[in-house]
Amino acid sequence: MSKSNFTRRGLLKTSAAAGAGLALPTYLSAASHSGYTNAPSGSTVTLGFNVPQTGPYAEEGLDELRAQELAVQHLNGEGDGGMLNTFSSKALKGNGILGKKVTFVSGDTQTKSDAARASAKSMIEKDGAIMINGGSSSGVAVAVQGLCQDAGVIFMAGLTHSNDTTGKDKKANGFRHFFNGYMSAAALAPVLKNAYGSDRRAYHLTADYTWGWTQQESIAAATEAIGWETVNNVLTPLASTDFSSYIAPVLNSGADVLVLNHYGGNMVNSLSNAIEFDLLSKQVNGKNFEIVVPLYSELMAAGAGDNVKGVIGSMNWNWQLQDEGSKAFTKSFGEKYGRPPSNSAHTCYVQTLLYADACERAGTFNPCGVVEALEDFDFDGLGNGPTTYRGADHQCFKDVLVMKGKENPTNQYDTLEIVEVTPRAQVEYAPDHPMFAGGELGKCNPGA
Amino acid sequence: MDAIILQILNGLDKGSAYALIALGLTLIFGTLGVVNFAHGAIFMLGAFCAVTLSKIFSISYQTIDETQTDFLGNPLKIETPYVEHWFGPEMGSALIDWSVPLAILFSIPIMISIGVIMERGLIKHFYKRPHADQILVTFGLAIVLQEVIKYYFGANPIPTPAPDVFRGSFDFSPMLGFEANSVIYPIWRLIYFAFSALIIGAVFAFLQFTTFGMVVRAGMADRETVGLLGINIDRKFTIMFGIAAAVAGLAGVMYAPINAPNYHMGMDFLVLSFVVVVVGGMGSLPGAVAAGFLLGILESFASTTWATTTIPGINQIIIYLVAIIILLTRPRGLMGKKGVMED
Repeated sequence: MSKSNFTRRGLLKTSAAAGAGLALPTYLSAASHSGYTNAPSGSTVTLGFNVPQTGPYAEEGLDELRAQELAVQHLNGEGDGGMLNTFSSKALKGNGILGKKVTFVSGDTQTKSDAARASAKSMIEKDGAIMINGGSSSGVAVAVQGLCQDAGVIFMAGLTHSNDTTGKDKKANGFRHFFNGYMSAAALAPVLKNAYGSDRRAYHLTADYTWGWTQQESIAAATEAIGWETVNNVLTPLASTDFSSYIAPVLNSGADVLVLNHYGGNMVNSLSNAIEFDLLSKQVNGKNFEIVVPLYSELMAAGAGDNVKGVIGSMNWNWQLQDEGSKAFTKSFGEKYGRPPSNSAHTCYVQTLLYADACERAGTFNPCGVVEALEDFDFDGLGNGPTTYRGADHQCFKDVLVMKGKENPTNQYDTLEIVEVTPRAQVEYAPDHPMFAGGELGKCNPGA
Repeated sequence: MDAIILQILNGLDKGSAYALIALGLTLIFGTLGVVNFAHGAIFMLGAFCAVTLSKIFSISYQTIDETQTDFLGNPLKIETPYVEHWFGPEMGSALIDWSVPLAILFSIPIMISIGVIMERGLIKHFYKRPHADQILVTFGLAIVLQEVIKYYFGANPIPTPAPDVFRGSFDFSPMLGFEANSVIYPIWRLIYFAFSALIIGAVFAFLQFTTFGMVVRAGMADRETVGLLGINIDRKFTIMFGIAAAVAGLAGVMYAPINAPNYHMGMDFLVLSFVVVVVGGMGSLPGAVAAGFLLGILESFASTTWATTTIPGINQIIIYLVAIIILLTRPRGLMGKKGVMED
């Protein structure tokens, strides 16, 4: 006969120890071996907002940061909810992301690629940011997108308009909601043909970096397709402040249209210099001389003052749109900050919501789950009409706005007017289009 | 030929700004021996004097227009400048329109005061320190001034137009026998060139034909001997610092309609102006002016289509290329004097 040593107390102790032992690997996995970078382990999740806070685009960066803060408030159930109320996906409940309260850290890109990478790296490694959003330059976007791919976090680009961002430099972990140079050109060409005719000679001044090159290539191809001739394309250094020596030769070139492939301070200065030379009052080849600015921004239009009057360009979004999503966002932003949002603010706000929504639908923060949820995702209610995040290159496809400098503005924000909402079908292109050739999307990288 | 004339005009206009800034830099270096990296920031402060006066004239009161709405759908607030209320709509709008020329008067006392305060408050403590220390402290000061302006005015450029009567361009073609519109140039830039020539002439006349100027020139040549004669040369040099600041400030005021002022505009000019000073010859006032115009014209020609297609990128390096060639062939610059910045 044997005597059992089992007691009720001993059984409980053994069970507890065995349970703890079995649970330990799971705990460690969730905490530090979750299989992806910066897996949130507490009650909060941290987003990284990387925007220009110093340097020439600081105003644009400030507006992006305002919108990102607003997005975080709305995600956490504060404020009036903004576009959460109009977004076609109803996965977001205003209780954070996957039940975790959203917090954020911000970095300063300084609109310099190396500084932007350093601030994004710091937010990922020191602050535990699981997603990076923002920026006002394609050079910066391409640099930060590459960093995020390597680090295993999602990059939701801000204002970046170069074809390369979702072309030769596309990455699986990167997503662009903003439109691109090709789309601007495709939207502008028919409007330019209607406004100025098909027998035109265009002279291009182009900012000498990735955005300028792809923008010029796109608009030249689109205008040549409607019958325009490209007389010349002069690359101008990004650091230029006075464009008079580039504009003076335009007068004697036989061109009757000046295309300014410039953005930001370059655009403000080159447009102002062109107006100084009285180009718009000249007649060349029996036609009125015209100026085209392919990419507009409200903040830059304000900087150019009266000089934008009557000048045609394009935008990703504008606060004057009357769909329910745009009205909701403009109201939230306007009541909080006392001014209408810019299109860079809009794209950053929307990108933050789209990321959060993708996490909710995927049921995870794992970048590969988020990528899968965003690829070929169709949505509406975020201000641009029915939109698709194409899986092949992570580019959003939606309507594009053709804008014109307003002749009689009624206040400081009333600088541009919407000429046409170009339907999405007109600006779509195949993923293997030559202007987007080269580079591979690759596979999502969860990091860790 | 018409293209060449246009680029010469362009070069004269660019050279005007370089020459005015370089003149101020050389005055400070020649009198006080200080390498002033804050001089570009003084140019920027001058431009913001024009912005400030324009904003002062535009201070408005609000009335509600119930018939119109703002972007949030609220009744529109109509802003009317006080100057229009006080002096009548015509006089009020004329004051706003002429704010840049009026800012010349507004800026002179302000810029002289800034110069004197800068010299007495900070730079005088660095006279006997190495040039590297002077460069560091004045560069730091420039960054502080930039950030102060950015804090109050934002980072965006602020449009500050010339008076309506000076907008548009002047057609030289009929005078030169060319086809109409082949040689046109913005009126304000022509005014800028004339204004610069006037200021440069006034500074030279002041130094050449006044007792004060004579003492300053003597002090620049031999500071100790002038001091031994019982003249307070330090005080005169402080005033010269103020005058140099006023020259750069006036250059900035008049430049405001050419490029909308932003907090960074001083830095854009600073490096080029130093190259101008070095090419002209450290401490040489005529050298600074001559090099300013020379490099302005060369830069303008290097930006032509012919130049950029023949040698891609020449527009970005021409000034530095010429500087290298001149310093190799004439190590003291075009009009530099022996013993200046030489140990």
